[in-house]
Amino acid sequence: MAILQVEKIRKSFGKNEVLKNISFSMEKGDVVAIIGSSGSGKTTLLRCLNFLESPDGGKIMVNDKLLLDADSDTKLSDSEKRKNRLHFGLVFQSFNLFPQYNVLDNLMLAPKLAAKKQLKNGGSYMGCTNRKDAMNYIQNNAMALLQRVGLTEKAHAYPCELSGGQQQRVAIARALAQSPDVLCFDEPTSALDPELTGEVLNVIKMLKEKGFTMVIVTHEIEFAHDVADKIIFMDKGIIAEEGTPEQVISHPQNPRTKEFLSRFSQNFKMD
Amino acid sequence: MEQFWLVTGKLLEGFGQNCIIFGVTLLLALPLGLIITGGSMSRFKPLRWFTRTFVWVIRGTPLMLQLFVVFFIPPLMTNGSVSFGRMNAALIAFTINYAAYFSEIYRGGIESIPKGQYEAGQVLGMTKAQIFGKIVLFQVIKKIVPPMGNEIITLVKDTSLSSVIAIPEVLMNAKDFSMSGLIWPLFYSAIFFLAFCGVLTVVFSRLEKRLNYYKG
Repeated sequence: MAILQVEKIRKSFGKNEVLKNISFSMEKGDVVAIIGSSGSGKTTLLRCLNFLESPDGGKIMVNDKLLLDADSDTKLSDSEKRKNRLHFGLVFQSFNLFPQYNVLDNLMLAPKLAAKKQLKNGGSYMGCTNRKDAMNYIQNNAMALLQRVGLTEKAHAYPCELSGGQQQRVAIARALAQSPDVLCFDEPTSALDPELTGEVLNVIKMLKEKGFTMVIVTHEIEFAHDVADKIIFMDKGIIAEEGTPEQVISHPQNPRTKEFLSRFSQNFKMD
Repeated sequence: MEQFWLVTGKLLEGFGQNCIIFGVTLLLALPLGLIITGGSMSRFKPLRWFTRTFVWVIRGTPLMLQLFVVFFIPPLMTNGSVSFGRMNAALIAFTINYAAYFSEIYRGGIESIPKGQYEAGQVLGMTKAQIFGKIVLFQVIKKIVPPMGNEIITLVKDTSLSSVIAIPEVLMNAKDFSMSGLIWPLFYSAIFFLAFCGVLTVVFSRLEKRLNYYKG
């Protein structure tokens, strides 16, 4: 059973057709890397998955549950969008941590709000039926996630006190705190020095080993080759080529893919 | 010496009027400004257009003229049956004028928050109200404290404009002394403004420091 199914997603900004019938699917634990030049629609696709953009057409299904049917007439309400978003996590290129909160509070803000709401409505949050248990659970979970990304000792630091790489690791932990089904990365290392890129990529590699399902938009071709189960090469709003890293990166068939990859081949030896 | 205390008493009495205008204007204009901001940032075009025109008129004409308008126009239009009284007219004119300025400071603050902050809240499943209340608002406050401090200090001195509709504020009382040949109270009145603004300067610089625990 596919954890994520995307069918014929279309999106235009004015006359500019950014996504033209994009379809793909992935299994639980898969890592999909989306590569392609700027303006090819990679980021827009990711934003559609996270309901930050509304597609003009197409379907999005998670665990066979239809989340979005842009072809039907009924528009999603804000609360439906919010609910659907929780299936996805998104790590931004520019981190977007909340500067006024320390690292731990950045991780706990959204879960705390969700827990309060659910308990108020007489429900439970992660099996906790009272506020104290829920808050304990959230804090323990946040600390465990910080440990995972190796930043336990920074729990009480503010984002402005961290390096870019550390901020991005916090952002990853923050996205994980919502236990998303699919974790999306929008060029997670593009705003980082080459020196800091490695620590973020290592965290993503570690998450792959733990079995997280991830969609990664990236310009790090070598990294995509190493970590992804499947590569999607996008060009002008379509999927020009897809397949295993071996197929797409080492032995590309499409001339556009070849051209795109040739720019990287100087500093990347394809095996 | 006796004369000094007489003058001081009279000026203090006048400065009480300035303080009333300052306090009431601040109390009313701070929230009213927020409402105006809502209008000028509204997605409903006619409301936005109307509000921005209003702000343009208020910021584009002298406060002194606005004092005259609020004080004189209602009785003139109604043959004297509607009149606000001097102090009320001053409070209305000051409140509207300062609310317009505050609204632009608020708008600048809100618009300076990066889109990414809203989107980060959205992908974490937060509601619009939660995003504004828990993420954006605090960052806006930090951004607007310096310009608000500036504007509020300007308000302290602007209160003396109320003398144009004959409110017996400190400068007017000082001028009365000068009319009878005693010139120094006019300069002495500066002390009251300086002291008040000094206190405000300290309060705002403390507030800025408090909010400076993070950058960005």
